[in-house]
This record gives sequence, structure tokens and C-alpha cells, in this order.
Amino acid sequence: MVVELGHFALILALVVAGVQMVVPALGAWRGDGRMMAIGEPAALIQLGLLLASFIALGYAFTTSDFSVANVFQNSHSTKPMIYKISGVWGNHEGSMLLWVLILALFGAAVAAFGQNLPATLRARVLSVQASIAFAFCMFILATSNPFARLDPAPVEGQGLNPILQDPALAIHPPLLYAGYVGFSIAFSFAIAALIEGRTDAAWARWVRPWTLAAWLCLTLGIALGSWWAYYELGWGGWWFWDPVENASFMPWLAGTALLHSALVMEKREGLKVWTILLAILTFSLSLLGTFLVRSGVLTSVHAFAVDPERGVFILGLMVIFIGGGLALFALRAGELRQGGLFAPISREGGLVLNNILLTTACATVLVGTLYPLALEAVTGDKISVGPPFFNLTFGPLMLPLLLALPFGPFLAWKRGDIGGAAQRLFVAALVALVAVVVSLAVFQRGPWLAPFGIALGVFVMMGAISEIAHRVKLGSASREEVLRKIGNLPRSVIGTALAHFGVGLMVVGIVATSAYQTETVLVMKPGESADVAGYRLTFRGVSPSQGPNYREQIGTFEVTRGGEPVVALYPSKRIYNQPPQPTSEAGIHASWRGDLYTVLGDAQQDGAGYSMRIYFNPLVRFIWIGALIMSIAGCISLADRRLRVGAPIRGQRRRSSPQPAE
Amino acid sequence: MTRKQRRGLLIGLGVGVLSVAAILVLFALRDTVVFFHTPSDVSEKKIPAGQRIRLGGLVADGSVKRGDGARVGFTVTDTLKTVPVTYQGILPDLFREGQGVVAEGKLDATGVFIADNVLAKHDENYMPPEVAKSLKERGVELGDTKSHPGGATAPAAGTN
Repeated sequence: MVVELGHFALILALVVAGVQMVVPALGAWRGDGRMMAIGEPAALIQLGLLLASFIALGYAFTTSDFSVANVFQNSHSTKPMIYKISGVWGNHEGSMLLWVLILALFGAAVAAFGQNLPATLRARVLSVQASIAFAFCMFILATSNPFARLDPAPVEGQGLNPILQDPALAIHPPLLYAGYVGFSIAFSFAIAALIEGRTDAAWARWVRPWTLAAWLCLTLGIALGSWWAYYELGWGGWWFWDPVENASFMPWLAGTALLHSALVMEKREGLKVWTILLAILTFSLSLLGTFLVRSGVLTSVHAFAVDPERGVFILGLMVIFIGGGLALFALRAGELRQGGLFAPISREGGLVLNNILLTTACATVLVGTLYPLALEAVTGDKISVGPPFFNLTFGPLMLPLLLALPFGPFLAWKRGDIGGAAQRLFVAALVALVAVVVSLAVFQRGPWLAPFGIALGVFVMMGAISEIAHRVKLGSASREEVLRKIGNLPRSVIGTALAHFGVGLMVVGIVATSAYQTETVLVMKPGESADVAGYRLTFRGVSPSQGPNYREQIGTFEVTRGGEPVVALYPSKRIYNQPPQPTSEAGIHASWRGDLYTVLGDAQQDGAGYSMRIYFNPLVRFIWIGALIMSIAGCISLADRRLRVGAPIRGQRRRSSPQPAE
Repeated sequence: MTRKQRRGLLIGLGVGVLSVAAILVLFALRDTVVFFHTPSDVSEKKIPAGQRIRLGGLVADGSVKRGDGARVGFTVTDTLKTVPVTYQGILPDLFREGQGVVAEGKLDATGVFIADNVLAKHDENYMPPEVAKSLKERGVELGDTKSHPGGATAPAAGTN
């Protein structure tokens, strides 16, 4: 009964989205206020219906109702409750429902908080947003209905893929989708602006917080996914340039560029056309990501849905939304007025450089991801484009970006002083030089470029600190004055500096762990020891154990350092009951110095020893802490009052005194 | 600086960065791309020793031999041809005789494949998609792959 209600609510949501797509847009075209006003209640009702539908599916999962095909295929009655719940989005159908639910959530947020938007703009944004919801509701109902029943109902389910049974992966998809789908708001605003034929600073002021919210969810989601892959897959790596990883990374790169270009538009009314294009492209890349993962065209651990019908459907949706968006852009972009002038060396100039490098980097990732597909379609050759490709193309583009990053915040709008900026970064550069010497002394081996990479990360971190120090006049003003200034710093300034600091920290972690990781593969018998990165690991044997829905063999390592006991590590091999699939659980000792990472291999044929893989990953923790800091910085920036107060008043003033057209 | 000059500079910068990226991409595609081959491809196309490739197929039944230390030897088959593989390291959790595998590495002069990376990531049917696809292209029917395709590799072991 509940399941049928959920199905029915989904159909109703489709109908409501259809109404919301057509009526407000028609109203905006005719200037009919009553028709435009339908958008808000429709958006809220649509959210309510999709929420009801999602809860109904969740109910089926938590009560293990195996008469529902989706529950039967992806759940099992002995599975812990948290994974019954996460099982709702641990499969194709449920995750698409979550996708639409988050889409509706963002649309409803515009309806609820968008009271100060111009009526026609709001109506058009809601209409575009509803068109996406309509298309994807249709997709779910036509090709991937999560509420389909089985008759007769099976007694037991087939279970969830064990590697997906993990707390980090329970919240990874919702965060990732909040990021992907959040960019739909930027897209809807861009399309609405193109239809209106007008954009102004108020538009950017509106788009930026939504983009920021989506961006910080995506940042967290990607970081969480990378962390999961690190400790769950047992390969000791944190990023594999897997097509599915790239699918989420490309919208992130484009979204980061969008955040920065929207800044120019908001403050200086510049880069309007470019910002609109970037908003369309960012969401297009999100759609592409959805397509790549959901259509199963990729060779990947995540591509579990190999169903051509679905692939063709999403491909069709992509063509409509991306093609339509770009066509509208080509038609109307010329009518948008150009913004203020600026010198090449200026804050705007710096942000333009940021945008050029980020979008080019995004393009190289796109080429690397799609080239194997294109080649196979044309010549039939199957190839894999792996980390070497991305290290060779993506890496060099990040170099100038990171080098230029600390200068940006020190440049004034319109016309900047690069000499002055360099002076203020003197201390940061000095610290970076010290970092080169220190990392040479500490690591004493590895590629000669690595110390400079670490120094680059340190330079970015110190640059962010220098900016705050300069703003609060640290060193020149009295202590009271400095404290007062710290208290008065705008949150967006703190957010910017903190986010850049996080980037630097991440770079340090990435370079250190990539250049100085050690990997030891050996066979150990109980009682034997191995020395890795200053630790002594003594193998104490393997004992069997029983989990809630798996059996496991747990190996025990006693780890000492300089004779002092440090920790005991328990890497294990698990066999899940349903589906009967083996997984490895790494035994990890995490510290600021780096992670000691042990994987238990197979028993030797004579039964005396086990093969082992022991990694030491220096400073690997910095990668995720850096990402976490970037997300926190996004939250702080989002809390800036200037992003919310006064936007409509400014917008109206601008409209009454139009700038001369070019 | 006029608007026109400024725009010229911006476009110049954009084109410059893009062309650098394009050159990098072309170089990287030439040097870093790894081709995927099945055992039949290896014997037909005469892959030179030392060229980096990905070898995909099924792990032949009864072929896994553990050597000293972490050295492992096994045979990859597409049921038509086979290639012997050696690997130093820990095999992935999902590595199983009779199931799909992708090994990355080089052929040596004697025709033995020296793998430095073994992947057993696959879909729910215990088959890496590219392996499943190339087997299908060669007309190899595995029947219901959801069950363990244990018998599927037996004929190859016999013909070899």
C-alpha cells in the first residue's frame, strides 16, 4: 500500500512539475502575475510529493519488503539498519529518485527564499528548474521505476554489494548529488537570464550563494568518496583518475571557475557572458557525469547499470538540456551588456587567469575521460587512459594556477600593483624556500621536483595567512587595533583565505604522498617482523571472527617505534553472506606524519605464511583535511550577510539607470 | 588600454593556455595510453615484447600457481588462446579461477606476460565489462554468467 502511494506520489510530482514548467513561463511571457505566482506553490508541492515518494521507498527498504523488485535486488533482512537505509540510494533506481528529490529541494528553496527576486526572473527560474525535474521524473517512471513489484514475493533479498556497506559511502551519494544537482540552480538562472535578455549584479548575487552551496557539498562528497576508496579498496591510493571520479571532478572544476567568475560579475559587472556560459557548462558536466555513471558506458567499478535503454534516454535528455542551453546562449548572449573595464594586472585579471586555467584543466580531464569511448566507437580499439595521462596534462596546468593564486587577493579591482603584491608575499615566499630545504632534509630521496611541489603548497597556505595578516595590519597596528580588525573581517574574506589555505594544505598532502609513498610486498609468518618507515611491524597470526552479516579472517600486527609500542593493526579479509563476495579491510594507523597502511593477502600454499602489503603514505591526511577546510570555508562564506542583504535594492537601482550599451 | 586591446590580450592568453594544453594532451595520448588486448589479439596482432598493454580474459581453471614469496603465476584465456602471466604482489579480493581479470604489464621475450597490476573490478556478473564485451565479439557464450562460469574455461585448457 505504502509503495503504491509512493509510486502515485511520483506520478503526481511529474504532473506538478509539468504545470510548473509551463504556466509560470507563459505568465512571464504574457506579463500575467497570477500565472507566474503558480510557480512557488507548485515547487513546494513538488518537493512534498517527491519527499513522500522517497519516504515510501525508504519504508519498503527498512521493512525489507522483498515484493518490491528494487528492495529484493539490493537489500537483505540481516543487513544492519543503516545500510538498509543507505541501500535506498545504493542502486540505480533509488539514486535517481534521490537526484530528483534534491533537485526539487533546490527549486523549493528558490520558491521559499526568492521573495526579493524580480517576479519574471523568479517565474522563469522555477520554470526551467521544473523542466529538469519533469524530464528526470519521466526518466525514472519510464525506464527505472523503483516501485516495481515482484509476484510472487521472494522470501529473502540479494543483498547490497559489500564494498558499498560503509558509513562514508552511506552519505557520499547524497552529498555528491547535492553538489551535482545544486548547479542546476546556476543553470536555471542562466537560462532565465538569457530569456530575459538581461543580467546584472543582483543576478550574480543570487547565483553565487547557490553555486557556493552546491560547490561545498560537491567538495565534501568527492573528498568522502576519495577517503572511502583509500581505506576500503585496499590499494593504498586515494585518487585513481577513474572515469567515475572524473565525472564528479569535472563539474567541480567548472563550478570552482564559476564561483570565481560570478565574483567578477557581482562586484564589477564584468565577464557576464562568460559567467552565463560557465553556468550552463557546469550543469552540463553534471548531466554528463550522471550519464556516464548511469548509462554503464564506462568500464568502472561504479557502473553497475548496463542498460542501453536508460543510456539512450539520458543521452536524449542531455542533448535537449545542453544543446538547448547552448543554442539559447548562442542566440541571446550578444544582447547582454558588457561590464566595466579592467587592466590585465588586476583582481579581475587574476580571476580571468584562474578561469582560463581551471576550464582548460577541466577540458583535459574531459578529453582523457571521453577519448577511450570515442576511439572505441571509431576504430574498435580498447584503450585505458590512466594516471600518467592526467599527471602529464592536468598537473602542468595546476602549476601556474597555484603560483598565481596567492597574488590574486592582493590585487586591487580594476588596476592592481603586482610589485606591491609581491612585496606582501615576501614572507610567504621565504617560508616556501625553507619548506624546500626542510623537505629535502626530511625525505632525502624521491623525485627532485617534489620539494618544490611541497613548497608551492606552503606558498599558497602562507599567502592566505599573509592576506589576513595584511588586512588586520598585523605588525604595524597596536594589539587592540588588530583584534578589532580581526573581529570586523567580512566572513567572505575569511572564507576566501581559509579556502585557499585548504588548497595549499591539500597540495602539500598530494605531493608528499605521491612522491614519497613506500610500498612493501612480502610474505610473513607469525612472529616475523618487518621495518617500514621507522616502524617495526610484528605479525602475530590470523584468527577467524564472525560479523553481523560476514565472516572474517583477522590478522594482527604489533607496531612499535624505537622499541615503544605504538598500536596494534588488524587488517582482515571478509566474506559476506549475501552476496557472497570477499573484501579486504585495511589496518590503518593514521598520524600527522603519515599513515601506516596494512593489507592482509592470501595464505601461502604451504599454510605457513601470508602475503602482506604494507604502505607508508606520508602526510596523506592533509588531503582530506584540506578538502574539509575548503568546505568549512564555503560555509563561512555562505554565512556572509552581504550575500543576502540589499541585493534587490541594488538590482532595482541598476535597472532604473541603465548603463550605456556598447 | 582600450577595450579592444584588453579583449585581444584575454583571447591571446586563453588561446595560449589552450594550445599548451592541447600539445600536452597530444603528447600524453601518444605516450601514456595503454591498449586492451585479449589472448587471441596477442597471438594474432604480434604485440611486441616490452610494449605496455592491458591483457583481459578469464583466469584459466587450475592455472594459479603460487611461487616463492608473493610471486603468483596464472594463465589468462579467452577460451580460444591463452597467455601465461606472472605477478609479484597481492591479488585483488575478487581474483578467482574461472572469473574475469584484467592485468596490466608487458610481454617478455618468451611470451610470458609480466604483470605489475592486476585488476578484478567488475560488474555484478563477475566479469570486467571490456572482457565480457570482447568475449562476446569473439562469439564466446558464457551462458548465465551470474553463476560461477567454472566450466567455461575448461575447453581452452584442453585445446592448449
